[in-house]
Parts: sequence; structure tokens; C-alpha cells
Amino acid sequence: MGGAPRPPRFRFGRYLGVVPFFVFSGLFLIGPALILAYRSLESPDGTLTLDNYRALTDANVLAAYGMSIRLSLLTAVVGGVFGFLLAWAVSLGGLGRSTRSGLTTFSGVASNFAGVPLAAAFVFTLGRVGVVTDLLAWMGVDLYDTGFSLYSFWGLAFVYLFFQFPLMLLVMLPALDGLKQDWREAAENLGATPGQYWRRVAFPVLLPSILGTMILLFGNAFGAHATAYALTGGSIPLATLLIGQQISGDVLNNPGLGYAVAMGMVFIMALCILIYSVLQRRSERWLG
Amino acid sequence: MTISTTPLPVATETEAPPAAAKASRFWAWIIFTIGALYFLVPLGATFWWSLRATAGTLGFEAYRRLFEDSNFWPSFTESVVNAIAAILLSLLIIVPTAYWVTLKLPKLRPVVEFITLLPFVIPAVVLVFGLIRLYGRPPLLLTATYDSSRVLLVCAYATLSFPYMFRSVDNGLRAMDVRSLTEAAQSLGAGWPTILRRVIFPNLRVALLSGALLTFAIVIGELTIALFMAQQTFGPYMANLTRSKVYEPSAMAIVAFAITWAAMGMIALVTRPRKRG
Repeated sequence: MGGAPRPPRFRFGRYLGVVPFFVFSGLFLIGPALILAYRSLESPDGTLTLDNYRALTDANVLAAYGMSIRLSLLTAVVGGVFGFLLAWAVSLGGLGRSTRSGLTTFSGVASNFAGVPLAAAFVFTLGRVGVVTDLLAWMGVDLYDTGFSLYSFWGLAFVYLFFQFPLMLLVMLPALDGLKQDWREAAENLGATPGQYWRRVAFPVLLPSILGTMILLFGNAFGAHATAYALTGGSIPLATLLIGQQISGDVLNNPGLGYAVAMGMVFIMALCILIYSVLQRRSERWLG
Repeated sequence: MTISTTPLPVATETEAPPAAAKASRFWAWIIFTIGALYFLVPLGATFWWSLRATAGTLGFEAYRRLFEDSNFWPSFTESVVNAIAAILLSLLIIVPTAYWVTLKLPKLRPVVEFITLLPFVIPAVVLVFGLIRLYGRPPLLLTATYDSSRVLLVCAYATLSFPYMFRSVDNGLRAMDVRSLTEAAQSLGAGWPTILRRVIFPNLRVALLSGALLTFAIVIGELTIALFMAQQTFGPYMANLTRSKVYEPSAMAIVAFAITWAAMGMIALVTRPRKRG
């Protein structure tokens, strides 16, 4: 018995340095999420129930979720494709170092330039009296007669791209840098055309990263509230706007349902981050 | 068998055939131009609009009016103070945690990493929803007065900065040999506060600065949380301005863009690899 290693004792001192972090996160990050989770499972008379989640099929809720998902999907795909092309243009397209560093810095700014100022900038550009709207009118095209409106689904999608492209660019640039010159040379030595190299080598290697980042963009748009609030004020039903209205006054006439809507958002966001990190880990096998 | 000591002729880097390179550069420029137009036109249009506040001439009248607006400076300074408080709070929590996890509790790293990523999982509007429900009534009543709500807001902002701050500090710690530095300091008789303050913090200067600047850029114009906590900070002020004024919002958007640009530019500046020698 004497020689057996003693079982490690739990010593509080070992954990002292991380206690403030756990307490603070518990109070201001995990606690708020847990209370929403708890309330979403509570019936009006205080018993546990899943009724609030069954009520998610409410027409208003479905409309808001549907609109949010379509908006996020559209801006993730368009932003993802164009962001990738932009990343390709400045890394492998041969545009030179200064173009690249300029665009990278700008993307850092643009990906963080959301909310009120972003909405305002687009109002001054494509709003009813925006500069571009004016310019088109002067050229004889009445933009708002063609059915376009900045304050609609398509307008909002167009604005969201301002922070979607740059995020895609910033995540994809390192991945494109990770493509090894050897692969290209090997492919060429075996007689592959540039098209074949991209289809059979580069693209499959990049695919997990591309898909993963698009999912990240989806979550980025799905959780966005400030830009949509500033631009539309709530005239478009979106999940985040619905939650906002539920905070200010019980618009759903069912507090429990509001909590379930919030938890549904957390669930979708968690799924996005999870898939993103799995795909990112997969792509690191080749590009790490 | 003889081993040749003369190196084999190394193939010079095989460039793509000129025609293909030319074509790809052409497409690269097309894509770049579309991107640049998409980004620059809204900014240009906003700037153009901001110069037209005086009928008939171009000038900086909109900016003058914005800066003279009685609510501009109070809301802006309040947001700056909130941002600085959130940054300090976040540093005070994240630096010891990242240090401790690196040095003593590597097993805890995934847990800590997971928690710091939660702000990506919990959207701001959901977070403020939870905060209001948790702190809106006794025993944890914090939303009763403006100042106690403000404390809550700063705490929420500190958590928003966790993903950036932790990653930044963690990268910084990995770049130096924490264990040797700590042991060296300990053998010279330094206690924990001294080690953190005199050894770890100075070595993390770049990581801390970039984390702090990014937090500043995110928090300074934050709307959602401030709005639902009824705080008169810069974000809600800007939202009001866009509803009540015609020209000032354009000047405001340009100013906000300049602030974000300044924060990001400073990050690029401090993280630029320094030449030694």
C-alpha cells in the first residue's frame, strides 16, 4: 500500500486562477442562457412542459424563422461565393501585394462595420433619395418602380453582404495560402490542365473550408439584429427582431413561446458553430 | 555507388503559361473591381451626402451640426468609458485564466475555450433577453436604476470580447515560453502578482492591444444590448439620429466608419512583424 501513488486530491488552490472566469461567465453568459432555457420549459402554472416548443409552429414564429433562414442562406451562399472569388483574386490571381494588404485591412473594417452606420450608409446610397437611386433616375431608370426596395428582403440581403464578403475573405485567405505549390507542380507534371488541377486537387482540398466558412456566414447573418433593426425597424419578420419585440412587449401573447423562440436560435447557432469547427478541423489536415 | 555532391539542377519555378496567367489576372481584376465598387460606392455616396447640408454648396456643415448636437458628446463619451471599462474587465479575467490554463490546468483548456466561444452561439438579442429576465427582479435586481443597468451592460460587453480576447492572449502565451519565464521569476523570488505584472503582461503587449482594439471597435457603436437596457450610449443615439435628422446621419456614418478604421489600422500597426536589428 505504501508504494501506491496517492489518488490526486482536489485542491482548491489549483483552481484559484480560473475561478473569476467561471463565476463571471456563469453570471453574465451562461446564467442568462440557462434562465431562458428554464423558462422555455415552464408552463404558466409553473410545471415543466414542452408546450412552448410545440407552439413554435405558430404562424408568426414560422414566418420569422423562415425569413431569417432564407436571408442567412442567401447571403451566406452569395457572400461565400463572391468572398471566395475575391480571396482568390488577391492571393493567386496575381494582383500584387499592396492590393492584397489593402483589401485585407479594409475587410477587417467592413466585417466589423455593422449596425446603424451600415444601414445609414445604404439608405444614403439606395434609399428612396439615395445617391445611386438619384443617379439612376437621372439616367431614366426609376429603381423603386422596378419593384426594388432597400427596406425589403432583397434590400436587406444586399446590405448584409457588406459584412459577409469580408468575413469569407478573411477566413479563406489563409486556406488559399495553404495550397502547396508542390501539388500544382505535381499535377502539371502529370499533364493536368489548370482546370483539372482546380477541379481534382485544389477544390476538393478547399471544400471543407469553403463549406465551413459559409456555415459561419449563415450564423453571422442569422444572429444579426442591429442592422435589420436600424434599416427596417421591424417591418420584416426576422427571428432576432421578433425576440426584440418580445422583450419590449409580449407581441406573441405568450411569454413562454418567446423563450422557446430564443432557445431555438441558440440551438441553430450552436449547430452552425459545431459544423464549422468540425469542417475546419477536417480542412486543417491538408491546409494546416 | 557514388553519391553526386553537385546538386541536381533545380527546376526554376514553373510559371503558368503566359496566356493563362494573363487570363486569370484579367478575371482577378474584374472580381476585384466589382468588390471595390460594392464597398466604396456606399461610403462615397454617404460622404457625398454629408457634404450637401448647405443648399447649393459643398461643405462640412453636417459635421459641424453633428458635433454641436447636445446629445452627441455625452453619448459618445459614455460609450468610450463603457468600452474601456469592458476592456479592462475582460483583460483582468482573461489574462490570469489563459495563463493559469496554459501553466497549470491544460486539461481545462477545452472547457475554457468552449465558454469563450459562447458569445458566438448566443446572439446579442438573446443574451440581453436573458440578462433582463435574470436581473430584472429580486434577488438579483440590477435593471432598476440607470447606473446599475450600466454595470450590467459593461459586464455583457466584457463577455462579448471573450472570443477575441482569449484567442489573442492564448496565441500570445503560446509564442513565449511561459513555464521557463515563470520559473525564472519564481527563483528570483517573485510572487504571483509580480510575475503577472512584470513578466507576463509586458510579453503580451501586442496580443493585449489587438484584443483591446477589436473589443473597442465592436462595443463603441453597439446597439442591441444598449437599446433593450435603455442606455443612452452611442448606438441608440445613432439610431435616433437616423430617424430625426436628414444630413447629420451621413456625417455620423462617416465618423463611425473612421473610428472602426482607426481601431483596425492600429491593430495592423501593432501586429506588424517588427524588424530586429
